[in-house]
Amino acid sequence: MNASAKKYGAMGARDLIIWGIAIVVMLAAPLIFTSSLAITMLSQMGIAIVACLSFNMLLGQGGMLSFGHAVYSGLGSFVAIHALKAIGGGSFPMPVGLLPLVGGVAGLFFAVLFGFVTTKKSGTTFAMITLGISELVFAASLMMAEFFGGEAGISANRVVGKPVMGISFGPQIQVYYLLAIYTIVCTAGMYAFTRTPLGRMLNAVRDNPERVEFIGYNTQRVRYISFIIAGFFAGVAGGMYALNFEIATAEVVGAARSGAYLLFTFLGGATFFFGPIIGAVLMVVAFVMLSEITKAWLLYLGLVFLLMVMYAPGGIASLIMMNLRVWKFGKLGRVLGWYALLAVTGAVMFIGIAAMIEMTYHIQLNEALGPVMRFMGVELNVKSAAAWIGAIVVALIGIGLFEFTRRRFALHWGEVQGEIEAAIRARESA
Amino acid sequence: MSQYAIELRGLHKSFGKTEIIRGASLAVAPGERVAIIGPNGAGKSTLFNLISGRLKPTSGEIALNGRRIDGMAPYEVSRLGLARSFQVSNLFGKLSVFENLRCGVLWSLGYKYAFWKFLAGLADANERAEQLVRDLNLERKRDTLAMNLTYAEQRALEIGITIAGGASVVLLDEPTAGMSKSETARFIELIREVTVGKTLLTVEHDMGVVFGLADKIAVLVYGEVIAFDVPEAVRRNAKVQEAYLGSVLADAQAAEAGH
Repeated sequence: MNASAKKYGAMGARDLIIWGIAIVVMLAAPLIFTSSLAITMLSQMGIAIVACLSFNMLLGQGGMLSFGHAVYSGLGSFVAIHALKAIGGGSFPMPVGLLPLVGGVAGLFFAVLFGFVTTKKSGTTFAMITLGISELVFAASLMMAEFFGGEAGISANRVVGKPVMGISFGPQIQVYYLLAIYTIVCTAGMYAFTRTPLGRMLNAVRDNPERVEFIGYNTQRVRYISFIIAGFFAGVAGGMYALNFEIATAEVVGAARSGAYLLFTFLGGATFFFGPIIGAVLMVVAFVMLSEITKAWLLYLGLVFLLMVMYAPGGIASLIMMNLRVWKFGKLGRVLGWYALLAVTGAVMFIGIAAMIEMTYHIQLNEALGPVMRFMGVELNVKSAAAWIGAIVVALIGIGLFEFTRRRFALHWGEVQGEIEAAIRARESA
Repeated sequence: MSQYAIELRGLHKSFGKTEIIRGASLAVAPGERVAIIGPNGAGKSTLFNLISGRLKPTSGEIALNGRRIDGMAPYEVSRLGLARSFQVSNLFGKLSVFENLRCGVLWSLGYKYAFWKFLAGLADANERAEQLVRDLNLERKRDTLAMNLTYAEQRALEIGITIAGGASVVLLDEPTAGMSKSETARFIELIREVTVGKTLLTVEHDMGVVFGLADKIAVLVYGEVIAFDVPEAVRRNAKVQEAYLGSVLADAQAAEAGH
């Protein structure tokens, strides 16, 4: 890779190393986390990564806020599950390993169909139309029981015929490796898309649709083709889902799932390509583990989302990139102490607030178990004033300390950024 | 067949009941450099919006190299070889200077909506964009995001995106608006350099810029072209003197009334 190619956005050695590490991590993960829960979660992460990345082709790269992305992954799941049934019944001779591609073709088909309407407009109108289509498809899923299977959904068996070279897709680990390959190939494909003429014009449409029209491009066409490609990858994720769970129910096309794609893509960071990957991993962790720890997990999720929108709208990816920049300029040491302070004061604040949330949930849901509950190793009596006063005091102290620290930190952070920008300017004029 | 680069015939444009363009006609030969001047509200920007496809005329015809373009979408007009700049810089804020310019060249080099080719492999597009970065003297800002440029740099990039596609007819809407005297002088030189051999239409208020850039001047008053000639002849034109004197008198009266 020579320097001039790199200048035009070709992949350099560093990019190849990052990709290599990512692939090794995906392939080695089940050797390290060997429990069946871990492998289940890893499989779901692969699916979520493809889904969130495809969602971010619209949100991050095209500035299209879709409230109905689950329509394309979900319909991909349904078509794939029907295909799997047909394979099992012997009427559709196709290797089971190609099932995600069936989902992809279905996602592409429905994106061609619905995208023709949605991508006519951008901005708020686009968002509204996607919401409408999402509701429409969800309503249809409840009415057309033959295709969507009603309440029970449609299920199928992925173990079909004789094993090929010992692979039957019975054991979860075999499914994981198949999904891992799809995840890697799809991620590479979507990354490649960002470096093509259409991918770049999609960014241009995001930044300034009006000007795009004056340099020869039809903005609707740019949005439409990109939407179709995103629909294809969403469908692949849907097909992977069908293969993994061997069932598709109405909730896979539902608004809640579309909302989850949006929420976690945003949390991970829509402004960087790798942001949605972080978001997808968090999505599975939250859905599988957080929901085990507390019944109030959606409330915590909402709080985190709220704070992210307010204080770090670039998501986790942007936090990482900002700190990498600080590190590159050798100033990370100056902020690390502050991070520790923020973490400690934040933890105090969190414990106070969480205690109140958990006590409220206990009163509402676990009344029959008696007034005493365990919270972080402490017994709290939800009927006693002391527990509530204690929680409120801890929360108030936490909030006060955290806010005090945050303001001081914000000043300090601004100072560091100012120095970095001065250094950049000095370098430019040198 | 007329072989004018740009020809307007009896152009009308109304917004509701207000008629902004009232039968404007103009014929610009290929390679001519024309400045459109006129008092505020004469319809100069509207005229540009009509020619570039941003607005559709109420009636009348617009021809580009003898071909009707009225009613076409901006991207269709652009593909036929007409480019325009904007009075308020209209850039791709989160893309670098180089990326902004590369976006500007992609369609003209035939890459269209390709998603099966890598940008890094498009030697012609990359060379052309790189050349533009040099022509605009923005080498140092090559990788800076457009939104982080200074005002003058943004104006330069605005012109750069406009000419990137190699259009034969270029419309510049107040290219030097908001620039200081010294910046303007340098900028006019830059515009001259990058638009050599092209048909150029500019809207300008600054008479220094008008005489620096234009071979001919078109005077637009109340939506009509009342004069179109070489600068000397326009200056002597009685109708122009009346129109401008009229507005000067009106200004003077308004100023007196204010006392």
